[in-house]
Amino acid sequence: MATYDFLFDGAGLRDWCDTGKTGDGPVSMADLLAKTGVSEEQTAWNLPFPSLDELNEACGSIAQSRDLTKGVENSFLAAKDALRFVLDPITQPLSWLLESTLSVFEATPWWIMFPLLMIVVYFASKSVRLVIFVTACLLFLAFVDHYDHAMQTLAIIFVCALLCVLFGVPIGIAMSRSNRLQRMTIPVLDMLQTLPPFVYLIPLIFLFSVTEPKLYGIAIILYAIVPVIRLTDLGIRLVDKDVIEAADSFGMTDRQKLFGVQIPLALPNIMAGINQTIMMSLAMVVIASLVSAPGLGVLVLRGIRNLELGVGLVSGLGIVLLAIILDRVTKSALDRVNAAQKH
Amino acid sequence: MTDKIEISIRNLYKIFGPDPKSALEYVYAGTSKADLLNDHGHVLGLRDINIDMRDGDITVIMGLSGSGKSTLIRHLNRLIEPTAGQVEVDGEDVLAYDEEKLRTLRRQVMSMVFQKFALFPHRTVAENAGTTLKVRGVAKHDYLKEAHKWLDRVGLQGYGDHYPHQLSGGMQQRVGIARALTSNSPIMLMDEAFSALDPLIRTDMQDLLLELQKELHKTIVFITHDLDEALKLADRLVILKDGHIVQQGEPQYILLNPNDPYIEDFVSDINRARVLRVSSIMTPLDDSGVPPDAHGEVAHDDTLESMITRSGGDTSHSYLVMRDGQPVGTLEMTSLVKALVPRVASEAGARKY
Ligand SMILES: Nc1ncnc2c1ncn2[C@@H]1O[C@H](COP(=O)(O)OP(=O)(O)O)[C@@H](O)[C@H]1O
Ligand SMILES: [Mg+2]
Repeated sequence: MATYDFLFDGAGLRDWCDTGKTGDGPVSMADLLAKTGVSEEQTAWNLPFPSLDELNEACGSIAQSRDLTKGVENSFLAAKDALRFVLDPITQPLSWLLESTLSVFEATPWWIMFPLLMIVVYFASKSVRLVIFVTACLLFLAFVDHYDHAMQTLAIIFVCALLCVLFGVPIGIAMSRSNRLQRMTIPVLDMLQTLPPFVYLIPLIFLFSVTEPKLYGIAIILYAIVPVIRLTDLGIRLVDKDVIEAADSFGMTDRQKLFGVQIPLALPNIMAGINQTIMMSLAMVVIASLVSAPGLGVLVLRGIRNLELGVGLVSGLGIVLLAIILDRVTKSALDRVNAAQKH
Repeated sequence: MTDKIEISIRNLYKIFGPDPKSALEYVYAGTSKADLLNDHGHVLGLRDINIDMRDGDITVIMGLSGSGKSTLIRHLNRLIEPTAGQVEVDGEDVLAYDEEKLRTLRRQVMSMVFQKFALFPHRTVAENAGTTLKVRGVAKHDYLKEAHKWLDRVGLQGYGDHYPHQLSGGMQQRVGIARALTSNSPIMLMDEAFSALDPLIRTDMQDLLLELQKELHKTIVFITHDLDEALKLADRLVILKDGHIVQQGEPQYILLNPNDPYIEDFVSDINRARVLRVSSIMTPLDDSGVPPDAHGEVAHDDTLESMITRSGGDTSHSYLVMRDGQPVGTLEMTSLVKALVPRVASEAGARKY
C-alpha cells in the first residue's frame, strides 16, 4: 500500500497503472526497506514528497528517477557516435598541436630554454628586475627537479592561451558589433564560467578517449576563453564615442576603424582579458591532470593519491611560482600598453 | 568672396525616436517640440531648416545648448540621417550618395573639428594631423610631411612627436584644426570647436581661424553658443532655437533688428560699441551729394567704439563714411549713440515669447 494510491484510484487510472507493473522491474531502496517489514504508520509529518520514485510505488506505469538518469545516459551515448564523427576530425589538430609543443618544450635543453624565456620576459615587460625574478624562480624549480614538469605545464598553457586569444578576440569583436549576438552569447559565457571545471570533463571523457591530449585541451580552452571574449567586447564598446565619430567623419572604412582605432584603444582591456585567460588556463591545467594532462598537476595528484605530503606541497609551490611569473609578466606588458596611451 | 552657394539645406527635418516617419506628420501639422515629446515620445531635433551657405563664408550657427546645432552640422556629412529634406553640396544631392561617394565626400570635401578635440590618443600629434590623408591611402612619408606643414602653420612647430595627452587643451585643438586642414578640403565643419577652451586661449584661436581664413577662403560652418564669438567670426549668422531657425542674416543686421525676444536676450548683454560697425548705422549717400559740414572721413568698417574716441564724445559731430576711397554715406554721432541702446523687442515687431 503506497501513499499516493488514492490519486490514481480516484482518477480511475488503476488499470493503466497495473498494465505498467512488471514484477521484474529494478528494485529500489524503498522496496527493499518495505520488505524488511519496517512499516511506519502514515502521518502528515512523514508524508513523502510525490517524487518519481514515490509515485512509481503507487502506479507502476510511472517511471522511476533512475530511468531518467538512464535515459539521459542513453541519449548521450546514442548521440555520441554522431558527435564524435563531427568533433573528432575538427579537434584532431589540437591534439597534434599539444603533442608537438610538449615535445618541443621537453626536447629543448635547459641552457637554450632559460635564455629564451629571459628574452621573452624582457620584451614583454622591458623590466630587468622582472627578468631576474623570473630567472630565480625557474632556477629554483630546476634545482628541485621540477623543471620538466613545469615546462610541460607551460607548454600546455602556451598552446591553450594562444588558441583562446585566436578565437576569443574575433568572437569579442563580433559581439561588440552586434547587440543581438551579444545577448545570445552572454548566457553561454556565464554558463562556461560558472560550471565547475569538473563538470566539463564528464561529457568530454565520454566523447574522446582519456589518453588524447585534446580532451584536456578542449576543457582548458572552454574554461579559459571566457575573460578574453568578455573584455574584448567590453573594451571595444568602451572606446570613446567622440573618437569613433571623428574616425567616421574622416571617411574611415570599417576596417580602418577597427584596426586603426578600436582595437588599439581597446588593447588595455584585451590585455587584461588575456592575463585572466592565462591564469585560468593554469588553474585548469592542474585539474586536467585528472585526465592525463602532464605537468606539475600530476605531482599534486600523486601527493593526494599516495598521501605524499612533501611531493604535493613542493609541486604546489611550483604552481604558485608559475602563476606569479605568468601574472607578473602579462601585467607588466599590460602596464606598458596602458602607459603608452594614457589619455 | 563669390556669390556661389556651396551648401544648401532645404526643408530639413530630424526626429529622434522609434518611428520618426509617423511622428513627422504631427510636426507637419504644427505640434511643438514639448508636445511631441510628451504626447508621442519623440524628440524633435530639427524643424524646417532652410539655409544657403556661400562659398568662402564663415556661417555661424548659434543657439543655446539643446537647440539642435550639433544635429544640424552632422547632417552635412551625414553622420546623422535626416527624417525629411534635402542637403546639397556644390549642387549635388548628398542624401542620394551611396557609401562610396559619401566616403569620398568625407575624405576630400568636408573635414570636421570637434568640441572635445577627439584626437586619437594612441597616435602622435603628427600622425593625428596626417589622419585625413592616411585614410585616403597616402604614403606615410608624404602625409607626415603635409601634417608637419600644417602643424607649423597653426603654431605647433616641434610638437609632431608628442602625444596628445602631453599638450594643453588649446594646443590639442590646434592639432584638431591642423588635422582638418591637412585634408585640404574646401569645407570645414567646426562643432563648438573653441567652447572647451579658456577665454584667453579661445580669443587666440579665433584670431588664428580668421587669419587662416583670410588666406585659405574655405567654406566654414562654425557652431557656437557664444554671441561674442559668433559676431567676431560670422559672415552670416543663423540663430537656432528648439530645432528651428528664429533668424538668419548679416550679424550686424540681426544685432540691430532682432526679430524675437529670444534674440533680444542674446544681444542685450553685448558690448555694442565694440561689435557694431559704422557701415551698419550710417545714412547712405543720396543724390544730394557729399554734405559740406563733415568733421572728417571714416572707414566703413570702423567700430563705433573707435568713433566715440575720435569724436571725443561730442554728439554734434558728423562724418563722411568712405569705402575703397569713395564716399558711401554719412554718420551722425546722435544716431551712433541711439544705436548703442538695444531696441526693445515689442518695438521691433516681435511676437510672443
Ligand atoms: N541620438 C539622439 N536621440 C534622441 N535625442 C537626441 C539625440 N541626439 C540629440 N537629441 C536631442 O536633440 C536635441 C538637439 O541636440 P543637439 O543637436 O546635441 O543640441 P546642441 O548641439 O545644440 O546642444 C536635444 O534635445 C537632444 O536631446
Ligand atoms: Mg552640441
